[in-house]
Amino acid sequence: MLIIDCPHCGPRTEDEYGYGGQAHVAYPEDPSALTDAEWAQYLFYRDNPKGLYSERWVHSAGCRKWFNAVRDTRTYEITATYLPSDPRPAPHGGPLAPTTTAKE
Amino acid sequence: MVDRSSVLERRRSPLHALTEELEHGSGAGVQLHEVPFLAQIGLRVRPGSPSAAALEAALAGPLPAGVGQVTALPAGRSTLWLGPDEYLVLAPDERDGGLDPAALTAELVTALGELPGQVVDLSANRTTLELSGPHAQDVLDKSCRLDLDPQAFPVGHAVATLLESVGVIVWRTDVGTWRVMPRASFAVHVARWLLDGMREYR
Amino acid sequence: MTSRRLATGGLIGRDETIKFTLGSTTYAGFAGDTVASAALANGIARVGDSIYLRRPRGVMTCGVEEPNAFVRVEGGYGESMLPATTLELADDLQMTWEDGIGTLDQSVDDAEYDHMHVHTDVAIVGAGPAGLSAARAAVATGVRVTLLEQDFALGGSLLGRPGEQVEGRPAHEWVQQVRAELEAAPNCRILLRTSVFGSYDNNYLVALEKRTGHLTTEGMSRQRVWHLIVGRVVLATGSFERSLIFAGNDRPGVMLASAAQAYLGRFGVLVGERVVVFTTNDSAYPVAADLAAVGATVTVLDARPSAGCQLPPAVDVRFGMVVVETLGDEVVTGVRIASADGSDVVPQELECDLLAVSGGWSPNVSLHSQRQGALRWDERLVGFVPTAPVARQALAGAVLGTSWTEGCLSEGAAAGADEVSPVHAGERADRAGATADLWLVPGPHGDLATHFVDPQRDNTAADVVRAVGAGMRSVEHVKRYTSISTGLDQGKIGGVLTIGLLTQLLSAPDMAAVPAGQPGQVVGDGAEDGEVNEGGRATNASMRPSPGALGTTTFRAPFTPVAFVALAGRSRGQLYDPARLTPSHGRQVELGARFEDVGQWKRAWYFARHGEDMDAAVARECRAARENVAYMDATTLGKIEVRGADAATFLNRIYTNAFAKLAVGKQRYGVMCRPDGMVFDDGVTFRLADDRFVMTTTTGGAARVLEWLEEWSQTEWPDLDVWFTSVTEQWTTIAVVGPRSRQVVAALAPDLDVSKEGFEFMAFRDTTLASGIPARIARVTFSGELAFEINVSGWYGQSLWDDVSAAGESLGITPYGTETMHVLRAEKAYPIVGQDTDGTVTPQDLGMSWVVSTKKEFVGKRSYERASHNATGRKQLVSLLPLDTTLRLPEGSQVIEQAAAPEGPLDGPARMPIPMIGHVTSSYHSQAIGRSFALALVKDGRDRVGQQAVASFGGRFVPVEIGDAVVYDKEGTRRDG
Repeated sequence: MLIIDCPHCGPRTEDEYGYGGQAHVAYPEDPSALTDAEWAQYLFYRDNPKGLYSERWVHSAGCRKWFNAVRDTRTYEITATYLPSDPRPAPHGGPLAPTTTAKE
Repeated sequence: MVDRSSVLERRRSPLHALTEELEHGSGAGVQLHEVPFLAQIGLRVRPGSPSAAALEAALAGPLPAGVGQVTALPAGRSTLWLGPDEYLVLAPDERDGGLDPAALTAELVTALGELPGQVVDLSANRTTLELSGPHAQDVLDKSCRLDLDPQAFPVGHAVATLLESVGVIVWRTDVGTWRVMPRASFAVHVARWLLDGMREYR
Repeated sequence: MTSRRLATGGLIGRDETIKFTLGSTTYAGFAGDTVASAALANGIARVGDSIYLRRPRGVMTCGVEEPNAFVRVEGGYGESMLPATTLELADDLQMTWEDGIGTLDQSVDDAEYDHMHVHTDVAIVGAGPAGLSAARAAVATGVRVTLLEQDFALGGSLLGRPGEQVEGRPAHEWVQQVRAELEAAPNCRILLRTSVFGSYDNNYLVALEKRTGHLTTEGMSRQRVWHLIVGRVVLATGSFERSLIFAGNDRPGVMLASAAQAYLGRFGVLVGERVVVFTTNDSAYPVAADLAAVGATVTVLDARPSAGCQLPPAVDVRFGMVVVETLGDEVVTGVRIASADGSDVVPQELECDLLAVSGGWSPNVSLHSQRQGALRWDERLVGFVPTAPVARQALAGAVLGTSWTEGCLSEGAAAGADEVSPVHAGERADRAGATADLWLVPGPHGDLATHFVDPQRDNTAADVVRAVGAGMRSVEHVKRYTSISTGLDQGKIGGVLTIGLLTQLLSAPDMAAVPAGQPGQVVGDGAEDGEVNEGGRATNASMRPSPGALGTTTFRAPFTPVAFVALAGRSRGQLYDPARLTPSHGRQVELGARFEDVGQWKRAWYFARHGEDMDAAVARECRAARENVAYMDATTLGKIEVRGADAATFLNRIYTNAFAKLAVGKQRYGVMCRPDGMVFDDGVTFRLADDRFVMTTTTGGAARVLEWLEEWSQTEWPDLDVWFTSVTEQWTTIAVVGPRSRQVVAALAPDLDVSKEGFEFMAFRDTTLASGIPARIARVTFSGELAFEINVSGWYGQSLWDDVSAAGESLGITPYGTETMHVLRAEKAYPIVGQDTDGTVTPQDLGMSWVVSTKKEFVGKRSYERASHNATGRKQLVSLLPLDTTLRLPEGSQVIEQAAAPEGPLDGPARMPIPMIGHVTSSYHSQAIGRSFALALVKDGRDRVGQQAVASFGGRFVPVEIGDAVVYDKEGTRRDG
């Protein structure tokens, strides 16, 4: 049972939350301008790092807000939670590796 | 025109058929009953916005500022914080001197006017159970993962959380008194679940 | 059998006799006994036989690690495989010994089990000297403290040494004093009989409390699973004494030295009078002393050349000696001994009735390791010890190798107060003294067949040799090849013994085949080049690896067994899953409704009258809806109120069809898709005002649609002014359906013009019913018939049901359920999301291209340009008409081409795979067309309309005709009545 720190409600147990996959995968501004391959990249391809991963969660049983969390996939440790409008926090002063987006 | 009191006669709360069951399940250690027909109005506004100011003026009191907070208002009303832009106004049953929820909703809808936000009558969306007694917290601890000890969950604190798997609002109104507010469809299950947990303390 | 109970001594209540039955014999014990101590006191040496080899076995330990002495408790629900060493003696316990394996009682366990969720600032696991000291220190800081102890008494190892001086008083008095202090503290909770079996992320502990074995209160659970969210965990979990591997080391009468001491000290039972103590370390000397002090004849065989402690008086100590074999038949009558270095070629024999064994100590690191806490092999302690506690945890006492009581107290006090332990690693090793790393004593007969490593699984050193011979190198592989540590033991007895044995069997070059990544394993262990590292010493010069080079198997929950029924808690029977009820549920029960589960909702399935079966009831309900008037509870549909200046823009982006221009007072059906273009949900949305809508969703989809809307609003389009609130239960909805529904609604709502002209299809009106109840009435249909949906506040749901019943009574209005609803909608090919779709189906596949806008942008649109969308072979919704018009195809039946069908039925799998072209998603009998029909998703189905195909189920192959999806009223002439 993870205990996740909702940016609005504070720490709550995992069963109050829903999972939303990788964060910072923006919906393409103009999907019709993308090639099939680029659109497929947006639809189907996500990172699978061994280490820190930014992902989306929703506090379903609490404030109903979506937020982002940085989770270490090796240890399940959630090192930060932040608002969707916030930039990804840098771990230990260094920047996170960029994540895949449809445009790349 | 139908007489208003005959309309009110037609109301049935989600737990109207369980009154006796709740009474039998209660004892010295812990008691459970329904508080039916509270007016409940859902608000969605950004705090600090003109929308919030308009509703605060209409309610004659501030919106609660953060998780757990409840604002007490005139006329026996309260506002609960449900999310950073979501609140629930509670007001007495029309039979106990409260307003018709539709009238209260209309009042707030008018106050909000064209401003961004939302005012929705949710009076029938949830019901209210009152769990009280020296073992009330033990009963809740059987299925609520929150820290319910008084230093973490003081009197006057209310949050949306889970009771076992069911979403509820839990509101501590006194040291040994809790309001548990499930969605109406879950009310019978939640009441029976609580009654089950009460047996050893009855 | 003679009584082994001494006249005095022990911590038992001698004035409280307890009768119990083992097999057919009734015995007496005392309050405070375990079943094992009472059995031993009654002279029972042999318990159940071993699981496979059927060797006689006796009590070997006095704790949770017991491999031999298991009982089944009879009377009521029979519980199996309870270690007699932990089972508290209770009046009238009826038990039988078990032979290493239990039997599952097939009856229902109707005892109660529940859960409790608590938060605590400090949780201390284990109430030995370190744990008690930690609890005392933590309580003094004023924070909330929970002390968890799996035994029914506090004290841990001190229970076996009640006379030892602790802080100036006898140990048992010290324990009672600490207990009194803790019980008096308002901030301390003591949970006895409570085993922490799982330690999870974020200091989430799960523990099993055994409750009504000793108490009974009305409504009180028998066992309770505690979920603890903990600020700081102190693991004072102690250590397990190891056995030694020699021939016949499983014979009754062979016991861990500390167990022999505990039976004497705690229970006043002298297990043997002529005792041989076989040890590799100093810890057995106090045992020898205690046994000798009450009159036993004691000989110590120490594998080492000398001891590191004072030798006890009146004990015969022989250094450099080992036991090579036990003697006796059912029980030990003696041992064959030899010199440890093998120089004494003629083994000697010693008579004895108890062989107390100490092969060293293994810290109980299970809970530490469950959290991926690191381990290292400590060369001097000869055991795997934690390298450092995991975050927000502390370790104290024997789990770190701290073996002396004073050290445990100071270390516990520091851990309890969140201070650094004053005990240093070197001190632990110095105080413990040397332990010989003796992993195998070869037998006198050359074989290893009775050298038990895991007695519960009947695994011997021979099994380990065979595993290594088969190429196993990793301890994980050896575990699985042999089954060592796979039973109740879970490594408690067999774990380190196996690892130690492997170091004897493997040479350094073998280690190249050992996979890395095991707990406690030293990466790049120096064993290969003979160098010493932190993890281990390459003993025996160059070739023998250290246990640190192998690491341990993985420690997983549960540490001690827990019954599934306890994990289920109160979620059983009527409370198994929440049942969501609508306001008119009670009325539907009164009308004889059978209910089906839709999500968690209870929905009326059909209303059987006068002994009707389901088919007859559904046929009658269908006729009523198509020919007269019928009503159903439609409350369960999800409802979301949407408001904001950009609400219409938002809905336009979410739905595949246009909503921007929907007129106020009108409704529109909409489909929403995921970005991949697959149908996600559908429903009708009302426009209440320019900036206000009420969306309906599928019954099961309500919550996920709301989250979906919020996700797009919050994360992608936060600039849009739009707000969402669920109103699913604010409203109750009753659908009034059929050609005569207009009359019923007219009677209910006299203020409303319900004429065809005055109330057009897909309009809605707010009105006040004759009853005075405000209502929103919509003209909409899910059957193709003229129909109205009446929405009122949930408070008035039951009243509305009554009013509809009364208003329609003279017309013969008929309540109907979901089965009839399904038939009616399927006849019109209205899909059910989740039944006719499965996440791979687009609106176009459903024949609903009309709902997909070609003009505006919406979520999923881009996917309709993908090649996979436009390729042939997509499964499309069609109807299937079985040639046998009475045959209802099972949902899920496979559809195949005629040419692919075998000649006759199959009574087994087909010899060759049969290519399928689709499957049946819905299947019913239609009153309207007087025959059975089905909906199916079939590859290029629309091109196959009019063709024959074959449906396959249960080995049968039946001919069907593929038809247009709509089988009734294709022209839609009925919806206006």
